[in-house]
Amino acid sequence: MGPVGMHHYLALSAILFFLGVFGVLFRRNLIVIFMSIELMLNAANLTFVTFARYTGNMDGHVIAFFVMALAAAEAGIGLAILVMVFRNRATVQADDLVMMRD
Amino acid sequence: METVLFYIFAVLTVAGGVAMVSLRNPLSGAFALVMSMVGLAALYAMLHAEFVFILQVLVYAGAIMVLVIFTIMLLNLNREELHEVPVSRIRLLVMGAVCAGLAWAAVRVLDQVPQAKVEMVADFGSIEAVGRLMLTDFLYPFEVISLVLLVAIAGVVLLAKRRI
Amino acid sequence: MTDAIIIALKAAFIWLFPLMLVPLLIWLERKGAAFIQDRTGPNRAAIAGVRLAGVVHILADVVKLLTKEMMIPAQVNRLYFVAAPLIGFTVIMAAFAVIPWADTLVVGGREIAMQVATLNAGILYILAITSLNVYGIVLAGWASNNKFALMGGLRSSAQMISYEIPLGLSIVGLFMVFQSVQLNEIVRGQGELLFGFLPKWGIFVQPLGFLLFLVAAFAESNRNPFDLPEGESEIVAGYHVEYSGIRFALFYMGEYVAIVLSSVMIVTLFFGGWQVPWMPTDKLVAHGDLLLKVMLGAGGAGALVFAAFMFTFSRRIRGAFGDLREREGTVLGIASLAAGAAMLFFFARSFGLTLPEWGARTVATVAQVTMFAVKTLFFCWFFIWVRWSLPRFRYDQLMRLGWKRMIPLSFVNILGTGLLLLLVG
Repeated sequence: MGPVGMHHYLALSAILFFLGVFGVLFRRNLIVIFMSIELMLNAANLTFVTFARYTGNMDGHVIAFFVMALAAAEAGIGLAILVMVFRNRATVQADDLVMMRD
Repeated sequence: METVLFYIFAVLTVAGGVAMVSLRNPLSGAFALVMSMVGLAALYAMLHAEFVFILQVLVYAGAIMVLVIFTIMLLNLNREELHEVPVSRIRLLVMGAVCAGLAWAAVRVLDQVPQAKVEMVADFGSIEAVGRLMLTDFLYPFEVISLVLLVAIAGVVLLAKRRI
Repeated sequence: MTDAIIIALKAAFIWLFPLMLVPLLIWLERKGAAFIQDRTGPNRAAIAGVRLAGVVHILADVVKLLTKEMMIPAQVNRLYFVAAPLIGFTVIMAAFAVIPWADTLVVGGREIAMQVATLNAGILYILAITSLNVYGIVLAGWASNNKFALMGGLRSSAQMISYEIPLGLSIVGLFMVFQSVQLNEIVRGQGELLFGFLPKWGIFVQPLGFLLFLVAAFAESNRNPFDLPEGESEIVAGYHVEYSGIRFALFYMGEYVAIVLSSVMIVTLFFGGWQVPWMPTDKLVAHGDLLLKVMLGAGGAGALVFAAFMFTFSRRIRGAFGDLREREGTVLGIASLAAGAAMLFFFARSFGLTLPEWGARTVATVAQVTMFAVKTLFFCWFFIWVRWSLPRFRYDQLMRLGWKRMIPLSFVNILGTGLLLLLVG
């Protein structure tokens, strides 16, 4: 195992992103879909911070900060919507929430 | 030493992610995601991003995930009825072996890539540097994001009310 | 190699310091409560008649907790149930890593920082760690499969995350005054003089911040008057109602470690931390000889006074009980007499002695650590004092206080501090 370079971190970030995409596409529970989106945002953050480290430019850190703030805002609103959906339909399974019929 | 630490935290993070998308109970998935985020925070610390490391623990693992876990507990979203065939043990083992093999091959390939030499300023990743950048180059996004957060707060309070 | 040993020693110290303080605090709580409520407190638990004013009671408590049956209720998720007290205890112990116990010790050409980790983010690390503490409570409340526990757990975590905001905001003014987030810098800044005679302690430059931080620290450690989540009369001990034995002991100890952490934070931020008032580090080092004499002399004199008190006490209760208790005073008196005599012997020996450079620095460090410990103990007593003096907040009062009163006040504090700094320069 050699020293760890930029590509290791980028590969890890890609793996996490694909895990997030897998979660969004293949899980039916809204909360798990939401958490997979958070995982994707985290993977993007890791990419930003990695590039900041390996180019010496700190813009990546600031952008990661903004992504985190946006994720917090999105978490709040997403969960509020989820609570409302649950109140009205008593379920958070995406299959049972489909209202548009073919 | 750094290599060993990187692999430990990388395995922790990926394991948390895999557990999150595959566990049936969303609460267990949420705790797996918390573990994943703590692993990511450690990786940020290894990348000399000290402020982002603290923020990851403070905001992501400490606030956002607590909110998600609260919601799961309040709505009692315990079990999920997965409408799918349970995966057989042999298939899981084979998939695990294939993934492990791919990971090993990927690591071998990645180790061949030449390292880049990087010049970092003395206070790289420190709070002062990030703050300075945020209030000079990134002032406009900074103000906009405070507006976004304000709108989000108002929106959440409005959305979650029972009687408007 | 030496670096590894030094780090290991520091880690062992921060591991032991809260753990040693926990039994002392439990004893102090019981006896202090009794003192405030005008009664005697625990004085029955004895080993062969020796009671030591209730200290043996703590040993009895420990034995009881260790030997009690550890029940796990049916139909709980065992992993969460077992993990909750572990998280609650481990996380809160990790927060001690960035606390400075003394100024940087420069010995043998090597600078040893008196904190385990000198993080750039300083105090934000402690805020991050305390925000992870919510998980232990949430898990405990959920995993107990009990409505009271769930209510207590949710209330407690809602309270903790609500009061994290004033906790963080109230010290922003302090960052502005001392121009740093790192704890050692803040403590060093408190060594200067304000108006020429007052030490520049945090409480003098940020009185409102101190009040807000104090209240938020009480709320964060789930301590009266904010202990509704674990109030016995309201919610039957809340989130740790289903725990027994060592698991409950971990929660119990975790609460006392949280008290120690809050006291340590208050002392570090607002009361000068390890600073001896009016004596910055270089003055302490310069007067190293005198300092050593003063410490030895005062320690010896104090031990002799304690010995005298013990002897008069044993004379007063002679023949009253008829068992080993009567010897307590004599034994303690002889022990402190010996300690006092030893200290005074060294005190006398130190008159012909000039300390080398590293000796003076070590003495200065010891003095600073002692000062820090004394201040922390005072605040731990303050926590106990408040607990037995004030009634408990109702949940809506608690939430209203946190969101509607303390957050606007902390914003006012930040604005006021900023304006004042701009005007005064």
